[in-house]
Amino acid sequence: MPKEQSGANILVEALCDLGVEVIFGYPGGAVLPIYDVLFQQKRIRHILVRHEQAATHAAEGYARATGKPGVVLVTSGPGATNAITGITDALMDSIPMVVITGQVATHLIGSDAFQEADTVGITRHCTKHNYLVKSPETLGNVIHEAFHIATTGRPGPVVVDIPKDVQVATAPYTKPGTINHASYKPQVKGDIKLIEAAVEMLAAAERPILYTGGGIINSGPAASQILRELARVTGAPVTSTLMGLGAYPASGEAWLGMLGMHGTYEANWAMNQADLIVCLGARFDDRVTGRLDAFAPKAKKIHVDIDRSSMNKTVRVDLPIVGDVGHVMEDMVKVWKARQHTKADLSPWWQRIEEWRAKKSLSYPPSTTEIMPQAAVQALWNATHKKNPIITTEVGQHQMWAAQHFHFESPNKWLTSGGLGTMGYGLPAAIGAQLGNPNALVIDIAGEASIQMNIQELATATQYRLPVKIFILNNEYMGMVRQWQELTYSSRYSESYSDALPDFVKLGEAYGWKGIRIETPDQLESGIAEMLAYDGPVIVDCLVAKVANCFPMIPSGASHVEMILADDQVSGELDDEAKALV
Amino acid sequence: MHIKEGLKERHTLSVTVTNEPGVLARIAGMFTARGYNIESLTVADITEDDSISRITIVTTGTPAVIEQVVAQLDRMVPVHKVTDLTLLGDHVERELALVKVSGTGDHRIEALRLAEVFRANVVDTTISSFVFEVTGASTKIDRFVELMKEIGLVEVARTGIVAMARGKEAV
Repeated sequence: MPKEQSGANILVEALCDLGVEVIFGYPGGAVLPIYDVLFQQKRIRHILVRHEQAATHAAEGYARATGKPGVVLVTSGPGATNAITGITDALMDSIPMVVITGQVATHLIGSDAFQEADTVGITRHCTKHNYLVKSPETLGNVIHEAFHIATTGRPGPVVVDIPKDVQVATAPYTKPGTINHASYKPQVKGDIKLIEAAVEMLAAAERPILYTGGGIINSGPAASQILRELARVTGAPVTSTLMGLGAYPASGEAWLGMLGMHGTYEANWAMNQADLIVCLGARFDDRVTGRLDAFAPKAKKIHVDIDRSSMNKTVRVDLPIVGDVGHVMEDMVKVWKARQHTKADLSPWWQRIEEWRAKKSLSYPPSTTEIMPQAAVQALWNATHKKNPIITTEVGQHQMWAAQHFHFESPNKWLTSGGLGTMGYGLPAAIGAQLGNPNALVIDIAGEASIQMNIQELATATQYRLPVKIFILNNEYMGMVRQWQELTYSSRYSESYSDALPDFVKLGEAYGWKGIRIETPDQLESGIAEMLAYDGPVIVDCLVAKVANCFPMIPSGASHVEMILADDQVSGELDDEAKALV
Repeated sequence: MHIKEGLKERHTLSVTVTNEPGVLARIAGMFTARGYNIESLTVADITEDDSISRITIVTTGTPAVIEQVVAQLDRMVPVHKVTDLTLLGDHVERELALVKVSGTGDHRIEALRLAEVFRANVVDTTISSFVFEVTGASTKIDRFVELMKEIGLVEVARTGIVAMARGKEAV
């Protein structure tokens, strides 16, 4: 019989058994027993954030950059509710994360005790699964099961709510063996008959396109490799969602750029004109499809996804294949080769794509007096891409410009809040990514509005000597809101001006960061060089053109071929149908 | 602008789940979160060791919505199996109701006579009231309740539908 130990000890033992190295957290009354155990051990490193939301984003950044689950520890009540945004973010973007929340003692649950919140009730809607642990006997198994669920199948956040008395009470703990869950059994291998059918469809297609997503990155680095092989043997062009950037290299010859609302002209037209779309680990999000009844009207659609509920959710597909996209692509390549298919002559298709590409949809009006935000991202890429940096973003125009103009060659280098679109994601995510990759160059490309949503995390980076860089594209507007107001509401800029901005240079310095301001185009290169030369955290306030807009853009309620390419096409007011769409 | 809706179908789903705290809230919450309808929901443990519950859900929606309902249920961690009994074809659906009727004299005799026609049992009686237990398809219970309104219906409690596929196989 193993010796009895406290629930708090069991938790830490289980986390160690699961290989956890870093926890992002914030202490409080209902987790004091756990913090006391953490104090007395050296195996797990605890990173003290300044707000629980940042703990969850940091865990997401860590998970996205390392492939390992992110772990969060917060107290009951406000600790748990502050974590909700990040938990929901992880759910939307399928990020493996385990969140340990303290809870009031079991006999106090339901009594409106101090710092009590119904954490399992609140998080039921924003987790893949959650638990309220009522005895230390079950705690060890629950922790192991929580990691199993968070990391397998379609990854996601799992919350484990542990009442304070369960942290103190004792029980024996033994490391469980392989988890064989009674009802949760994700399907990893795809049905080979369906895969064979998919290969035949690909071989017969004249205008195929591979539409890839974050599922490939979640599947692991091998999936990105096999995608390259699949693109090579089939000769099909490749586009990607925001979440999938890096799975296929931007320098690859089949690369069309990102698709969707701010995707390239060639990617969206190719989707519209394709006769076969192979969706690999993506989910036909509304930001990708545009107007549904006009989406890819000529294409047969194959959908590979590990989550059965993604199939036929918004777009009817001809061939759904449930399975891990990496395994399914591997089988596709095997079948392709076994059947001795050769690369079809897709030259007429590529010729059309080249015509669309000739539009140069990512071009923008140059300026000698102002820094164009796109030029700033390009300059950043020029200066850093050889270092293979990890880029995080906040949410808004700067995020889309980063997606368009920073070119990714490998997975796990692009960390952004896609599904939920959470402002304030980038700085804590950069902190998490830096902890997982101490020697990497980590840059948060930010906007002046978003960065203020988790600005307190400057202190976290300082405390742990993390040399993260923040590069603010400062246009003094919530730019994407302003852009939509131009497009939809006759430029009535309701509350979208960033008034009373702090001096970001001085703010950074107050937190122990280096601050740099870039004001004119001629300072851009030298400012970036100065940022890179500094061996510590740097905040760069880069003043960019104030009213630049992000193009191409598919407006609300429009189809892929109704893309706006430049400002002069922006009309004043949209109809109610379009206004009602997000 | 007006909001449009598609043509709806009614489906009966059988769902087996691990019998753990919160499982019903999890399922009901998924329906509200995703805007699906629940017309009826019944749940009870069906195993000797109290480990698995069977939930019968009657839902309405377009065929695409019904397909999503099934898929969304199926991906939930404590869900073992989801069967769309309507899609499967032939199945039986039953409901139980307790119906309280008050009255004296002729009304009382008529109530008993109707109860006999509907094969309803008297499970409680006073000098001036009955509680009937009636089982059957929902439409039968609807008709029984409707008739009792004229006699002196006081209140109704219904279980909601339980359902099972015909034939020798389990779902």
